[in-house]
Amino acid sequence: MLGRAAYGVYWMARYLERAENTARLIDVGFHLALTRGDKASQDEEWKSVLTTTGQLGAYEAAHKEMTGPQVFNFLLRDKENPASVLRMVEAARTNARVVRTSITNEVWEATNDGWMTLSEILSRPVRESNLGEVLTAIRGQATLVRGAMGGSMLRNDVFNFARIGTFIERADNTARILDVKYYVLLPSVAWVGSSLDNAQWDTLLRSVAGSRAYSWLNAGSMDPRDIARFMILDGQFPRSLVFCFEKIRSNMAGLAKQYGHETGAHELLRNVGARLHQTTIEEIFEVGLHEFLQDFIGKTNLIGDAIAADYRFIE
Amino acid sequence: MSAAKSIKYDEMLDEDGSVRPAYADFRNWYDSQDKAWLKRQDAEAERFFRRIGITFNVYGDDAAEERLIPFDMIPRIITAREWRKLTRGIEQRVRALNAFLQDLYHRQEIIRSGRLPIQALRNNEAFLTQMIGFTPPGAVYTHIVGIDLVRTGPDDFMVLEDNARTPSGVSYMLENRETMMAMFPELFTKIPVRPVSDYPRRLARSLRACAPPAFKGSKRPVVAVLTPGIYNSAYFEHAFLADQMGAELVEGSDLRVVDGRVAMRTTCGYQAVDVIYRRVDDDFLDPLSFNKNSVLGVAGIMDVYRAGGITIANAPGTGIADDKAIYSYMPEIVEFYTGEKPILNNVPTWRCSEPDSLAYVLDNLKDLVVKEVHGSGGYGMLIGPTSSKKELAAFEEKLRARPENYIAQPTLSLSTVPIFTKEGLAPRHVDLRPFVLVSPDGIDITPGGLTRVALKKGSLVVNSSQGGGTKDSWVLDE
Repeated sequence: MLGRAAYGVYWMARYLERAENTARLIDVGFHLALTRGDKASQDEEWKSVLTTTGQLGAYEAAHKEMTGPQVFNFLLRDKENPASVLRMVEAARTNARVVRTSITNEVWEATNDGWMTLSEILSRPVRESNLGEVLTAIRGQATLVRGAMGGSMLRNDVFNFARIGTFIERADNTARILDVKYYVLLPSVAWVGSSLDNAQWDTLLRSVAGSRAYSWLNAGSMDPRDIARFMILDGQFPRSLVFCFEKIRSNMAGLAKQYGHETGAHELLRNVGARLHQTTIEEIFEVGLHEFLQDFIGKTNLIGDAIAADYRFIE
Repeated sequence: MSAAKSIKYDEMLDEDGSVRPAYADFRNWYDSQDKAWLKRQDAEAERFFRRIGITFNVYGDDAAEERLIPFDMIPRIITAREWRKLTRGIEQRVRALNAFLQDLYHRQEIIRSGRLPIQALRNNEAFLTQMIGFTPPGAVYTHIVGIDLVRTGPDDFMVLEDNARTPSGVSYMLENRETMMAMFPELFTKIPVRPVSDYPRRLARSLRACAPPAFKGSKRPVVAVLTPGIYNSAYFEHAFLADQMGAELVEGSDLRVVDGRVAMRTTCGYQAVDVIYRRVDDDFLDPLSFNKNSVLGVAGIMDVYRAGGITIANAPGTGIADDKAIYSYMPEIVEFYTGEKPILNNVPTWRCSEPDSLAYVLDNLKDLVVKEVHGSGGYGMLIGPTSSKKELAAFEEKLRARPENYIAQPTLSLSTVPIFTKEGLAPRHVDLRPFVLVSPDGIDITPGGLTRVALKKGSLVVNSSQGGGTKDSWVLDE
């Protein structure tokens, strides 16, 4: 397979994953803002959505005020914002076009259909009244593409590169969400271990689509430490850091098997993965959750770079 | 020669309005269909095309990055007898084109014999000095050819243009058929239509048969399709063909010369390519030999080519054979290399470089079609009968200033085929581009080709860049 094609499927998957996660963050932000009476804490909520997606600076450069509709329109459909859902779905589709010969018709059609539907929906300003509908459509598109991949692609290098893209992006997103939200929700580190306002913590879980799974596993008790453990270390939860790394590991193993050899990226991944698997939530809090997550985000980036270099994504 | 003959030939209906035999079965079927349902199918077809992403980019049209070539769902039908004659004519012409190219880049017998004036080559950018004295693997120059045919009567098919560089449109031929079979499957059980769907396999086989002899041995030759990238107007087709052939779709940036071979950058290192089906123009093929600013090609590919390390399809320099100045000599060219009279005629053509012809053209401008010698895609041409006085006057000046830059042809009364409109069937002018594959194993013509249709009533311009559409083209089985 061409290095450029590997690069294309990898980024196609990353953009789709990121678009989906952005939609989920907006959903939660909107929900929280609605439940908060005063303007100041609503602003604070939207600000944290922008921070999590890494777009606070870009937003503030373009807008003076912080209103809900302005923020979610910026995140959803601003053509000047390369990280808006619209631009990412476009980028995913452009990548799919570039690698059209590597993906199946089903995957291409799901991606192209999604792009057509979403560009239509996002061609008009989104209002609070139809925000829910728009977000559902975005999540639906990502689900369709993933389903088409799972149901129609050979389990070969093309598939593995797409999956690696998905899970690198997801691991990064979960870590960011946890990092930003945790300290917004937790007034002081001393509160770790105590029971807090359930509704607020629930939103953190909802931003990684883990609310029901967590409740099911923990019989409904909301404990900040357990929530962190769940999002970082739970091997069953498909958006936890451990789960994402396990997937990256198995897809990387698939590449090594097909190509007959490992690369530097495998070595790097093994080291980071081993540390993640061996650690406990107590140790994480000892180091500091923020420090741990920052370190994790940095390492995940390095792994992505190593994969791009080892598999000749670019010359 | 008289311009603008006014005989009208409709391929479905004869002079009395009765349905010709070729269309009888189809017309029976059509008449028995619910028209409201047909209208819904017509609308459905466009959605189908958009979903699978068959679009083309129109140069100079930023607003609509991707557009569809309109598809008309009424098939164009050719009988087995008509097709037999066409294939003989096409085969003869394609053999002559290859022999002509081989001669032009070697001894130039045709010029020595006085059948072709040397002026036709001088100052002609399509003639590449880099190809002089070199014979491509298997002595094949035009691996893929599209011959544009027009029809003016029951037995009167004429060649309007030869496409010997990189003819496009074959993906439409395939997708049009696919769409028709999806929309009207019962038609194909009623009417014996010759299949076209194996074209990609035939293309792959034909290209592999053209691999350099040194790399034809034990393993299967590696074929790659070279595209300028996703912003090229025919990108969809490049991807489509690569996909269907099971070949890699590469861009210039994926390729480099490694150990005397052209190799592509894969996730496991560089892998040599044996045959490159390039959809990049000659000028951009190699910055070391041609346009030095090109980033679409491969630095050094021409050296590898000349050393026998790769097959380039089509060969560089084949454009000289489909140049419009050369076109007017095609009857002589066919006769010179095959020793036979051409089976397919040319459209009568005046070379404006010749004073007598120029005088005639200037006197009859309003009845003629004038084309730029090096133009393509319907750009830079004048259609006399539909042009205003002002446009005619402006063109006359251009003609006087650079007569050698133009040829002129009568405004042909192209045959018509019905299209589907809200008001029912309506005749529109068409042409036909059959696709021809050439390899040392022989010449292979896929039955049918791409029918282009002028959708505007009375219009003679079928180019997709000028608002034309396409149709499925049927060749009936014996």
